[in-house]
Amino acid sequence: MTKYYGELLAVDHVSFTVGRGELFGFLGPNGAGKTTTVRMLTGVIRADEGSASISGHRVGTLKAKQIAGVVPEMANAYADLSAWDNLMLMAELYGIPASEARERGISLMQEMGLYPRKDSLVKTYSRGMKQRLILCMALVSDPEVLFLDEPTSGLDVQSVRLIKDLLQGLNAKGKTIFLTTHDMDEANQLCDRVAIINQGKIVAIDAPEKLRMATSGMHSVEISFDNVVSPEVLANIPGVNTVKKLGDKWRLYTTNPGELVVSLINYSSSNGLKIISLNTLAPSLEDAFMALTEKRGKDV
Amino acid sequence: MSDLGTVLQQARRSLAIARKDIRIYYSKGPVIIFGVLFPVFLFLSFTIGRDLSVDFMIPGLVGMILFFTATSISPIVVPWEAQARTLERLMSCPVRIETIIVGDILASFAFGVGISLITIMLGLFLGVTISSPFIFAIAVILAAFCFASLGTVFSIPPTNMPSTVNMISSVVKFPVVFISGIFIPLDELPAWGQAVAYISPLTYFTDIARYSIQGKGHLPIAIDLLVLLAFTALFLVVAMKLHQRTMPRRI
Repeated sequence: MTKYYGELLAVDHVSFTVGRGELFGFLGPNGAGKTTTVRMLTGVIRADEGSASISGHRVGTLKAKQIAGVVPEMANAYADLSAWDNLMLMAELYGIPASEARERGISLMQEMGLYPRKDSLVKTYSRGMKQRLILCMALVSDPEVLFLDEPTSGLDVQSVRLIKDLLQGLNAKGKTIFLTTHDMDEANQLCDRVAIINQGKIVAIDAPEKLRMATSGMHSVEISFDNVVSPEVLANIPGVNTVKKLGDKWRLYTTNPGELVVSLINYSSSNGLKIISLNTLAPSLEDAFMALTEKRGKDV
Repeated sequence: MSDLGTVLQQARRSLAIARKDIRIYYSKGPVIIFGVLFPVFLFLSFTIGRDLSVDFMIPGLVGMILFFTATSISPIVVPWEAQARTLERLMSCPVRIETIIVGDILASFAFGVGISLITIMLGLFLGVTISSPFIFAIAVILAAFCFASLGTVFSIPPTNMPSTVNMISSVVKFPVVFISGIFIPLDELPAWGQAVAYISPLTYFTDIARYSIQGKGHLPIAIDLLVLLAFTALFLVVAMKLHQRTMPRRI
């Protein structure tokens, strides 16, 4: 799918497949095209080129919308209605029979900790409560597929925990979940696979662990000595690619952490230095993300 | 699902949207001010002190109230929802854009009919008799739907500021009131004035109201009803087509 906003190419021939029952993460910096992609998939805006389908239904059709639950970015429930009325309105718009909607509504609100306040106007809710309500609204139709655009952004710890637990539970029950986020930990903990989008293009799709491990040059060794060492000296040790100072420690990036550890031990013993601490670190998803998005930026 | 099944399903969802609009927007300040208080005071300022019969005033008052009330909700709902960030959620539901627009029209229609009924009751209380109640009832319903549809035309520009839409609608509504035979009967207008009056849908409702209450209209009733129907169809088609283009640009 491709989408232009005037002259701006917001999403550039993005193409991917999400398996049934998969929890798929969509990662990217601000303005990368994540929300535009979700809006095309949820049928809110049309792609200028290309198309997509959900369970065989073309996106934007009533059938595709019927089987999807959506939590848009920064969306609000109706502030002048009660939480319960918001939920029942959604059920009506999805054509859910009233008794089924009531039953599911009660269960969802209990699970999200909102049931005691179900008859309060949404304008009296906190931000975290509103977001949990919007999640309940997306789930009241028992959708096959769930689209969530930055669902935990800016929320309190309790709401984030509740939402993450709910998503894991839903995924365990076989729901397909499409999650956009810029929170690397969230993607790492929740997602089976992630796509990284930058400047409208997908730069990588893989399991978080594979993306981490494939990030060559991003392995590192963290070391601290009992005496002052200059960065220039450390940069000259064989195997060191980059040197970074972190408080009283040094982080040395390398392609071969094992060899570097040996070199560091040799260096310290030949220079009369004592090693206070030494750790080897695999690249984080954030390192992978930075490497992939920065590389792309340089290429362009 | 068959085509008829889809139409019925979407009609039910339009009603759900209309109920939501009724609960949220009927009590909003701009709706009460521009939809109810404004036409009442405007009417009073043009009629007080003039030697006019109740039979002449009530058709004009009903026409004006119906026009203002039925166009007070339908223009503001979409920009209001875009501003309040509820529109994207609504658009991602299994409803067509036409379904959303029809829901907003129905809420505005019900508001117009309800407030106009109060005005009609007031007329009856003041001794006005409606000689053709059936035709009058059809005209109120048709005109309320027509004006509510016109309201959704005002909200086509993709602004998310309800006040901007209110300004656009006021620019159209005020001149329309003065050329529609409310304060001056059509028979007393010069030929050019009558020609201008014919481009206003309110002219045709006022004409039916005068026929129903004063017993005498300017045009044949069938023509009035047909023209109102044609205006309704025109506003609906324009609103549906253009909202398809502009609604996605609001989010």
